[in-house]
Amino acid sequence: MSATGRVQEPKPQAGFSAWWYRRGRFTGAHIALTIMAVTMLVPFSWMVLASFKPLQEVEQLNPFPSVWRFDNYLRVFEQVSFARYYFNSIFVAAWVTFLQCLTSAMAAYAFARLRWRGRDMVFRLYLATLMIPGVVVMIPNYTVMVKLHLLDSYVGLIVPAAFGAFGTFLLRQFMLTIPASLDEAAEIDGATPWQIFWDVIMPLCRAGLVTLAIFTFLGNYGSFFWPLILVKSEHLRTLPIGMLYFDSVYGRQTNLIMAASVMNIVPLIILFVAAQRHIVRGVQLGAIKG
Amino acid sequence: MKARRHEFRAALGFLLPNFLGFGVFTAGPVLFSLAISISNWHLHRTIPFRWIALGNFLELLVDKDFWLYSMNTVYLMLGMPVAIAGSLLLAILLSQRLRGIVVYRTLFYLPTFTSGVALMLLWKALYNPEFGALNAAINWCIDTFRVNEVVRALGGAGVSAPTWLLSTKNLFGLEAEQVRSATAQWGLGARDALIIMGIWIAIGGNNMLLYLAGLSNIPPELVEAAQLDGAGRWAVFRNVTWPQLAPTTFFIVVMSFIGGLQGGFEQARVMTQGGPAGTTTTVAYYIYTKAFEELMVGYAAAVSWLLFTAIFVITMINWRLGSKELNY
Repeated sequence: MSATGRVQEPKPQAGFSAWWYRRGRFTGAHIALTIMAVTMLVPFSWMVLASFKPLQEVEQLNPFPSVWRFDNYLRVFEQVSFARYYFNSIFVAAWVTFLQCLTSAMAAYAFARLRWRGRDMVFRLYLATLMIPGVVVMIPNYTVMVKLHLLDSYVGLIVPAAFGAFGTFLLRQFMLTIPASLDEAAEIDGATPWQIFWDVIMPLCRAGLVTLAIFTFLGNYGSFFWPLILVKSEHLRTLPIGMLYFDSVYGRQTNLIMAASVMNIVPLIILFVAAQRHIVRGVQLGAIKG
Repeated sequence: MKARRHEFRAALGFLLPNFLGFGVFTAGPVLFSLAISISNWHLHRTIPFRWIALGNFLELLVDKDFWLYSMNTVYLMLGMPVAIAGSLLLAILLSQRLRGIVVYRTLFYLPTFTSGVALMLLWKALYNPEFGALNAAINWCIDTFRVNEVVRALGGAGVSAPTWLLSTKNLFGLEAEQVRSATAQWGLGARDALIIMGIWIAIGGNNMLLYLAGLSNIPPELVEAAQLDGAGRWAVFRNVTWPQLAPTTFFIVVMSFIGGLQGGFEQARVMTQGGPAGTTTTVAYYIYTKAFEELMVGYAAAVSWLLFTAIFVITMINWRLGSKELNY
């Protein structure tokens, strides 16, 4: 074998990555990664540049606009009530996030910190419901909303999205890592379960709450199916629905569509850069089986 | 015992809000959906409500559209292994302690993080056969490198850029049910365009992050031992890395199946309206059109239950195979 001819380095370092670092061609990896990064970036760059172009230049191969049309962005606001879509998306997502965090944390507390018979079995059953496809519950939920006259309302957009097994699962994992002696000490001091939950446990799983909040906010900011069937009137459209409408009416004005798309994803990019650590950990934590 | 009872009552209180919501918006609807799947419920008042037992399911068996759309769903899932392998490769490259790793990770994660209607509109614009940037680039390549002169010299008919989202062509040359076309069906079409977009979105996303976590959990001694035995790069990957990553891969595959089988709704609604000739309609989009455009709620519920069953069965099979493989 060719590998045996090489001189082995005597000093063992930290496992897999160190091994790669020593054996791998440093530059080779960088080239491969750079090619991938460029592949990721080109469509985004095209989107940003196209959003500044006059319409007749969008189809040209030259990616740079001859004149920078900054007013494309203003025209989006003139043609549709884009500010309203922004507000609706953020308003709905913020409410959903708040309610999700509260109800999930409470349920997680019952599953992670309180002792009661059948707890783990109930938890496992609850977790299994994550497998239920969204489309199965969509139709009944829609008919219920019709009956409750909540079609086309903020309440209808917010409340059905405010409960979930995933958040409960994520926060339970966090709470399990907190030492049990803390609850016991508080209990001896005469604290009620609610006080222990609110004053002891909640501050300690702040990181988990932040992670859950980010994921819930994101999931809802981009939520498509439910608002699509629920919202009928213009003033309740969230960003995804507004974008869809904008595309169906002004679809030929690619430069404006791209300007709207840029405005749609800019808050996401800011959020990601600001909270990257939490997001990466959240994804990795979510995969740990209960 | 007293303390236990006390805690049980507290637990009930803490669970109440979540379980109430779960009961009203998940558990209840699941049962409700099962009930309406055995009815002919139609949101148009003119059609009288009837219980029809398994009528919907029997109709589904002979519903050609349904089977075509199921095939589409499976076809669109063909990108899955490519995306997963790509994620693994990226994770391995990123697991080296290179400079600027955070920048790379951010760039790779960007499409997943921003995915949604905005990105789909972007790809719709890129794929536009006349005005899109992609075909502009392809046509430029064809012209510049005189591809057609070469192909004709070799006896070919000449090539042109694909029409992407407007084309029923596909990599397997499958005929679209509703279209009997005389021309060859082999090529790149709407489904392949969606697969390419899907890979672009997913490759640096959650799966890559999971693989990164998996790689950092491999005990250093294993790699060192293999290396001291003189194992090459590929041998270390085959005998150490890959088996050690098996639980991660297993989780990713299971989740991909669950997501893939119920997927394809958003892109169909935003980019293609399920066309051309129904080739990008997935089961999820079919349910949507049946329920909310044709208002056949009972039938749509039946389809959704069939989908649920399929997801359940396939997850169980995956689980079986996975645990045998992993010796849990």
